[in-house]
Amino acid sequence: MTGLEIDGISKRYGDVVALREMTFDVRPGELFGFVGSNGAGKTTTMRIALGVLSADAGEVRYAGEPVTHETRRHIGYMPEERGLYPKMKVAEQLTYLARLHGMSAADARASAGRWTERLGVAARREDEVQKLSLGNQQRVQLAAALVHEPRILVLDEPFSGLDPVAVDVMSQVLKEKAADGVPVVFSSHQLDLVERLCDRVGIVRNGQMVAVGTVGELRSGGAVRLRVDAPEAGDGWADGLPGVKVLGRTGPVTELELGDGADDQAVLKAALATGPVREFAREQPSLTDLFRSVVTTEEVAA
Amino acid sequence: MSAPVPDVRMSPASAVGLVASREIGTRVKSKAYRVSTVIMLLLIVVGIVLIKLISGGNDADSTVGYTSATAPLAAPLKAGGQAVGEKIDTMQVADEAAGRAKLADGSIDALLTGDGKSVHVQVKKDLDGKFANVLRLLSQQVAVTEQVTALGGDPARFQAAIASAKFVEDPPLEEPYDYNGQQLVLGIVAGILIYMSLLLNGQSVAQGVVEEKTSRVVELLLSTIKPWQLMAGKVLGIGLVGLIQMVVIGAGGVIAGLATGVLTISVSAAVGTVVWLIVWYLLGFFMYSIVFAALGALVSRQEDVGGATMPALMLVMVGYIVGISVLPSDPGNTFAEVLSVIPVFSPTLMPMRLAMGGVPVWEAVVSVGLVVLMIPVLIWFAARIYRNAVMRTGAKVKLRDALRAA
Repeated sequence: MTGLEIDGISKRYGDVVALREMTFDVRPGELFGFVGSNGAGKTTTMRIALGVLSADAGEVRYAGEPVTHETRRHIGYMPEERGLYPKMKVAEQLTYLARLHGMSAADARASAGRWTERLGVAARREDEVQKLSLGNQQRVQLAAALVHEPRILVLDEPFSGLDPVAVDVMSQVLKEKAADGVPVVFSSHQLDLVERLCDRVGIVRNGQMVAVGTVGELRSGGAVRLRVDAPEAGDGWADGLPGVKVLGRTGPVTELELGDGADDQAVLKAALATGPVREFAREQPSLTDLFRSVVTTEEVAA
Repeated sequence: MSAPVPDVRMSPASAVGLVASREIGTRVKSKAYRVSTVIMLLLIVVGIVLIKLISGGNDADSTVGYTSATAPLAAPLKAGGQAVGEKIDTMQVADEAAGRAKLADGSIDALLTGDGKSVHVQVKKDLDGKFANVLRLLSQQVAVTEQVTALGGDPARFQAAIASAKFVEDPPLEEPYDYNGQQLVLGIVAGILIYMSLLLNGQSVAQGVVEEKTSRVVELLLSTIKPWQLMAGKVLGIGLVGLIQMVVIGAGGVIAGLATGVLTISVSAAVGTVVWLIVWYLLGFFMYSIVFAALGALVSRQEDVGGATMPALMLVMVGYIVGISVLPSDPGNTFAEVLSVIPVFSPTLMPMRLAMGGVPVWEAVVSVGLVVLMIPVLIWFAARIYRNAVMRTGAKVKLRDALRAA
């Protein structure tokens, strides 16, 4: 079963290339994290998926079919630039948005009531949006993305500006939606959250998808690092070991990176040859490290 | 994926209708709208009642006292007054002293004194200009009568001959239109109403577009419906709200005018004026508000709305200013007549001319037809500008860029 597919989307603004053959897919029931530095093209990709922007090339498909205006009414969207009518009341606004997505008036009202309850803004239903705190406006914004019971969720930075409680509520809602079989894609700069929540992650750089996979896959794809605590080792103890690069040394601890064909056991032997070894650990890079290495190293290369 | 796929199909009409009903709902519920409608209605009704009080019904313009000696002058004075459109009442007083007393307490405006052989008049303070004219006529008549008598003629026969002397007018080459003063006033009121509602409602279309842009809600909206549907819904909604206001004010004014007797034109003419007013309001509103929506989409801040819509506003104002400054004194002015058929000026000028009357049928038809033809062209242009500009925030989008970008 296929969910949302972004296939070879390109977009340029004059001479600036915003997206170059952006390709990835979000399977039904999957939480997909979309990460990348500012201006990498995440928002542009989402806008194109929603039909708010047109692509120069490529196609967006859902369940194998090109996305049409009708399909888009099934998408729950949270734009990066939050947007609601400031002078419209919360419940009225949500009902209106649900109806624009094709819900009947009665269903729309009921759904608006349900989601305000769920997201903890039920008490503010009759208030104008502009009178709400930013955090509450954010909750209403999420309700606006969910109120029409979407079958696809596309959320641009849904966690920015939320307090920890709201982050938990939001995470919970996203997980539930995914459990219902909804493909969920969201962008975020909170990488720890992405790491914890997402089934798969895509890292974007300069309008291109540079790495896609589960957090585990991405990690194993990165270079293996070793942390060796050998207090009596002299400088350069690891020099000459094939495929091993010394990243740095702080006190007794040496950080090493193993390239292709390097043998960690050879490193251990070399370390033991200098005297006692207090710690010898393989380090898993965090998503943040991965992100940094992907974004910075390739930027230098480019 | 257990739940069946809900049916989310929506016809363009229902999308437009949904947007329009939100506009109507929020605007009609707003205090500003209700208050402004009530105030405008009150202004019109109060204005009509004031006119009624000032013009004061059937009272004579002046009341003149005469003594027994000046009694022969009373009838010719009245007749003379009638000839120049002054309604004069006469009243006999016992003698000049009694007359002066009445003059002093204001129950008469003038007193004919003397022996009746020539015209002598006394007033409390100032002699009214129009009344003076009547007196001049009267004294000339007295002089003529004296001369006719001195020459041995019969003054009565002389007067009869003068009165029966006539000239014959051959049919004119062009039938002139007899403009009715009340219709001129109606025309001015119609012009002001159209002008104000174009200005107010047109601006609120532009502001509504910018509001959606500023608050970024437009991105959410455009992920569900097409740009032209959003634009059309907004224009229709605000147009209907303005129409309700116009009908309330127009009907209120005409009813008050007819009820108080200030309006003496026929009910059908009054209703005709209101109907034309509504037709031209709709035509003018749709023509201009489409342009306002497109121009509004070019900017991202409310402060810039004025500047962006200025070119269109200028056209509305030119039409109105020409109308209000030329038409009341010269309803048949050729320049205004030509402008009133040109689509950009017709929404302000034509309803004024129609209310004043005397517009040839072909001109009314051509002016309506041209606007009707122009609206689809404007919709095409405006939809293009709107679609290209509404998602671009930040600096003002140049009109050329908005038209060019795909």
